[in-house]
Amino acid sequence: MTAHTVTDVPQEASSTPGNGRVRLAAERVRLAYDDTVVVHDLDLELTEGSFTAIVGPNGCGKSTLLRALGRLLRPTGGQVLLDGRAISRTPTREVATVLGLLPQSPIAPEGLTVADLVARGRHPHQSWVRQWSRDDEAVVAEALEWTDMSELAGRPVDELSGGQRQRAWISMALAQGTDLLLLDEPTTYLDLAHQIDVLELVGRLHAERRRTVAVVLHDLNLAARYAQRLVAMKDGVLVASGTPAEVLTEQLLADVFDLEARIVPDPVTGTPMVVPVRRLR
Amino acid sequence: MSTARATLERPVSGQGGRTTIRIGPASAVLRWRQVVVPLAALAVLVLVSALSIGRGDYPIGVPDVLRTLAGLGEGPQNFIVLQLRAPRVVVGLLVGLALGVAGALFQTFARNPLASPDTLGITVGASVGAVAALVLTGGSSVGALLGGFGVQLAALSGALVTGLLLFLLAWRDGVDGYRLVLVGIALWAVGGALVDWLLTNAQIYDAAAAYVWITGSLNARTWDQAFPLAIALAVLLPLALATGRALGVLQFGDDTARGLGLRLPTAQAAVVLLAVALTAVAVSAAGPITFVALVVPQVAVRLAGGSRPPLLASGLLGAVLVVSADLVTRTALPEALPVGILTAVIGAPYLLWLLVRGRRRSTL
Ligand SMILES: Nc1ncnc2c1ncn2[C@@H]1O[C@H](COP(=O)(O)OP(=O)(O)OP(=O)(O)O)[C@@H](O)[C@H]1O
Ligand SMILES: [Mg+2]
Repeated sequence: MTAHTVTDVPQEASSTPGNGRVRLAAERVRLAYDDTVVVHDLDLELTEGSFTAIVGPNGCGKSTLLRALGRLLRPTGGQVLLDGRAISRTPTREVATVLGLLPQSPIAPEGLTVADLVARGRHPHQSWVRQWSRDDEAVVAEALEWTDMSELAGRPVDELSGGQRQRAWISMALAQGTDLLLLDEPTTYLDLAHQIDVLELVGRLHAERRRTVAVVLHDLNLAARYAQRLVAMKDGVLVASGTPAEVLTEQLLADVFDLEARIVPDPVTGTPMVVPVRRLR
Repeated sequence: MSTARATLERPVSGQGGRTTIRIGPASAVLRWRQVVVPLAALAVLVLVSALSIGRGDYPIGVPDVLRTLAGLGEGPQNFIVLQLRAPRVVVGLLVGLALGVAGALFQTFARNPLASPDTLGITVGASVGAVAALVLTGGSSVGALLGGFGVQLAALSGALVTGLLLFLLAWRDGVDGYRLVLVGIALWAVGGALVDWLLTNAQIYDAAAAYVWITGSLNARTWDQAFPLAIALAVLLPLALATGRALGVLQFGDDTARGLGLRLPTAQAAVVLLAVALTAVAVSAAGPITFVALVVPQVAVRLAGGSRPPLLASGLLGAVLVVSADLVTRTALPEALPVGILTAVIGAPYLLWLLVRGRRRSTL
């Protein structure tokens, strides 16, 4: 594996990073479960080649938003556009070849091996006749390699540690081979070293493969380090959006997280770093 | 196609026991256990069927039975094998096939080894229909004249109506496997109560006939039952096998399945309705031979490996189970009992074990 240190992560000053073309957009989307509105008329654009982190307190609607962006939830108002076209009117299969989504708590069937799990990522590219092409095989082998899962390929997913399992799922998302990746808390269950590992991996996908990435993260310091753009949500509303330095302010932490905190420069990357003081209220 | 090259490839690391076949643009993965198990089941099935056809007041050896089935028999043997004994075994075989596949479909869909046409109330629905037909029409005389055909139709309708009810009650923007099981258990209970109520109001002769029916029996089955069943399965089985690719993705959570490009409501509807239809035609032909659909898919997945019950192997093992159980009840037991008693004796402890063991489920 090529050595990539955290300092390699590109940091751009502009608040609209990437080369500008909007790949995925939410236009005044309103999202509800039954009659409870969870996300209120939210606008968001993911531009080609951008790396966005979505942050916010538990239950503020991050996963709900991500599900809508991935066509798993139909908005009750507004719409989601994928490459300029209403995603609700794009065939499921077509969406699946362009956009990959890792849900917050994916379920693996008992007894499924890592290799089989990752191979399922090829489903949108397969058909009855074409069940396992050379492409499929190469892409799966590479996805296992990238996530360091080759060694564990023959193990059942339900017998892995939480961190290994998380990497297996990321590997599956990679095998899907989509330009757009939406990851819901890919670092939960991971120790700090593996959190860094996963974010490095996502960073490399973004930097080397020009993937457009949106990640829900709870660790604000890591989010600030790896993402070019932060989006902060509270109670289903988008509160702030911009570079980590623009978004992570003491005022915002008080407003969104009810947290009194100091912001200091990260001694390694210079990105903003949150030092919590105490819970407000 | 002259340029098409066929290749056989050894597996990549960690994917032992499989071979990739590529012919031109077509490709598939063969897993040895998933090929060997159905083949072995098929061999056992042929053997047990021939053995079963051979047993009776006039014993016929397995080689002779096979020769007769192949069209090389003569005179009386032809008549005994083809007219008297084969229909019973063929019905049993087809019923087992249908139930095994239906069970595998339900269990994969619900991601739950407890799901089966029995626990979801569909077989009980068939019983309600059949018992109602036997009891309410004073079936002892009229019903017998109809050759049990009315009962069969009533059972088919009962199963289909229950299946549709199950589907509609569990449907909310797609069918959730857990809700399907809950609704199914409720239907099972309601159906059971209805059957009891009908039986308590029945004439004693009708009740006796009804009891035999609701246990599941292959007695006096003729080609009249075998042919419609065979035709129905010729349509339903290929469709069921064609859902295999979708099932491989459906067994993940809904979000993952959708994310992988599956049209979820369509796939779910197809799987549930196929399983209901398979159960209905099987049960209408032989009564609710219980627990076959519950037990067999889990045996099949343990034999063949993999993460979900294999459809074809489940079907063939189901056929083996029903034909063997029928053979045993007919010959080894002191009194000839309906085949459903034996499958229940095997299946009920298994169900208890499943419930006691609880459900292991891997959630991240
Ligand atoms: N399936 C559901 N049915 C009904 N309400 C739901 C459902 N899923 C989430 N909610 C509600 O919607 C709101 C937003 O949930 P969501 O999962 O989007 O939050 P989140 O920001 O991802 O939280 P977390 O950080 O804890 O993952 C919460 O109030 C939650 O209770
Ligand atoms: Mg969430």
